[in-house]
Amino acid sequence: MKEQTANRVFDTVNFVLLFVCTVVCLAPFLHIAAISLSSVRPIISGEVTLFPVELNFEAYVKVFSDISMIKSLGFTVLLTSLFTLLCMVMTVAIGYPLAKKKLKGRKAIMIVVVITMFFSGGIIPEYILIRNLHLLDSIWALVLPGLINPFYLIILITFFNNIPESLEESAEIDGSSHFRTLLSIMLPLSMPVIATLSLFYAVGRWNGFTDTLMYITSPELYPLQLKLYQLIQNNMITDLLQNEGAQMATVVPESLKAASVIFATVPILIVYPWLQRFFVSGVMLGAVKG
Amino acid sequence: MSMNAYFRRYWQLYALLVLPLAYFIIFKYGPMYGIQIAFKDFNFFQGIGGSEWIGFEAFKEVFGMKDFYLTLRNTLMLNFLDLLVSFPAPLIMAIMLYELKSAWFKKLSQTILYIPHFISWVIIGGIVYQVFGTQSGMINNVITGLGLEAIPFLTDKSAWLVTYLLVGVWQSAGWGTIIYLAALTGINKELFEAAGIDGAGRLKKIWHITLPGLKPTIVMLLIMNLGHMISIGFERPYVIGNLAVRDYSEVLSTFVYRIGLESGQYTLATVVGLFQAVVGLVFVLGANYASKKLTDESIL
Repeated sequence: MKEQTANRVFDTVNFVLLFVCTVVCLAPFLHIAAISLSSVRPIISGEVTLFPVELNFEAYVKVFSDISMIKSLGFTVLLTSLFTLLCMVMTVAIGYPLAKKKLKGRKAIMIVVVITMFFSGGIIPEYILIRNLHLLDSIWALVLPGLINPFYLIILITFFNNIPESLEESAEIDGSSHFRTLLSIMLPLSMPVIATLSLFYAVGRWNGFTDTLMYITSPELYPLQLKLYQLIQNNMITDLLQNEGAQMATVVPESLKAASVIFATVPILIVYPWLQRFFVSGVMLGAVKG
Repeated sequence: MSMNAYFRRYWQLYALLVLPLAYFIIFKYGPMYGIQIAFKDFNFFQGIGGSEWIGFEAFKEVFGMKDFYLTLRNTLMLNFLDLLVSFPAPLIMAIMLYELKSAWFKKLSQTILYIPHFISWVIIGGIVYQVFGTQSGMINNVITGLGLEAIPFLTDKSAWLVTYLLVGVWQSAGWGTIIYLAALTGINKELFEAAGIDGAGRLKKIWHITLPGLKPTIVMLLIMNLGHMISIGFERPYVIGNLAVRDYSEVLSTFVYRIGLESGQYTLATVVGLFQAVVGLVFVLGANYASKKLTDESIL
């Protein structure tokens, strides 16, 4: 009896603690959403915590009627798609040969790859390279430098290695070229890992900020993260508020920032069910850093 | 097989390698070639090759800069505090999730706890300003609502440290549980039953079965973390930091950005970057050596 009570106490305490953790984890999102949907007065008087007070959609109207914001979203979608597609093409192109144990020179190429996992030139030499290649302030500065992630490449090679060799060999005996074996046998069998790695690349690009800050200067090439950063730093909030008269404001910077944050978060939340599934399996697949 | 026959058979594989190898040479080894500007008086007009050699001049200058030591200290300090706070958090949370009886709540809380991992630092930065702000932040609204004095979470140095660490825990703890939960599936359930028959309570079981079962994972992750003591991401300190707390928030990565790209002192910034890369490499190799000695497992 005593044991059962102790057990029940433990379970209850554990449940309550985890419940608190979960709420605390969610609270910042709720607060931002609440601010974005509240009216000026309750925001200024500090009444808004987790739920909207005096519902007001004005901030979203402002964000969605800001053409530069919509354009930035469109550009980010284009950038992420282009990047992910090229990354997968390149990663598969190097991963498939490197998964062949018979290939001469395989070890040497692996060394070339692995060295880059532990040592890099650093951001200044990278910046100078991009500048010398005349890629500054272009979409390619955000695409080309990150095309192959060695960690993801190793996950792919490991996956290829686990596909029975007999499948490839029988295809070869039937006279299939390596290109055809790759396209018609290996890739269809590798869809789970292809999907996982595509998501890794896509999320990394979508959320990436440092390189946009370093390489992009024209506002029309601002990806969402850079755009949002400028906005949060107050540099562009006046643009959004410029039509507001000196009289009664219907929106305050706080709610505009909050609405913009939500605007940039929602795309991630939409794909989140897939993210969760594939990322967890990705962590199991191999050592995913970060 | 003669060389000729070998290439006739495998040329397609080599063809596939051409573009990726070009990528590695240009975009990964190209910057390594550029490291030489740490030893040159670099300017864009003369280029990497044409700039004048100055030997270790720039190193002497960097090692004489007060800001260099400040940012080095901050890097180590933030990483060390992160290790104290953000390292145990996912471990504790994973054990709590593992002990949880309710399957639906386990799934729900995991779904929610993983979300911050997928949110960019810029967005987190935006959230942080609204939650921790002194005048209108959510937490301070509650604090002042209770009649207490507002805490300058973003502008006071020590308070900012707390903010920085809390945000780190919030962002990484949930996601960090995955690796522990995976390790926990490897623990033999019969051990718990046997301990139960011997009269062990839940906490005793955690202490004597769960934790020892996780020990290899803990040791490996700890060593890996120690190996990365000198490397620090750019985005978290850059986005959460501000001028008021610069004495704590300026770290090596943001320092390189500021003196290099904002002030155009490319040579000095490259020196700092090179210092960080080399010391970082030594740390990682050292950690790997320690891991091999301690756990027989290489983390590389």
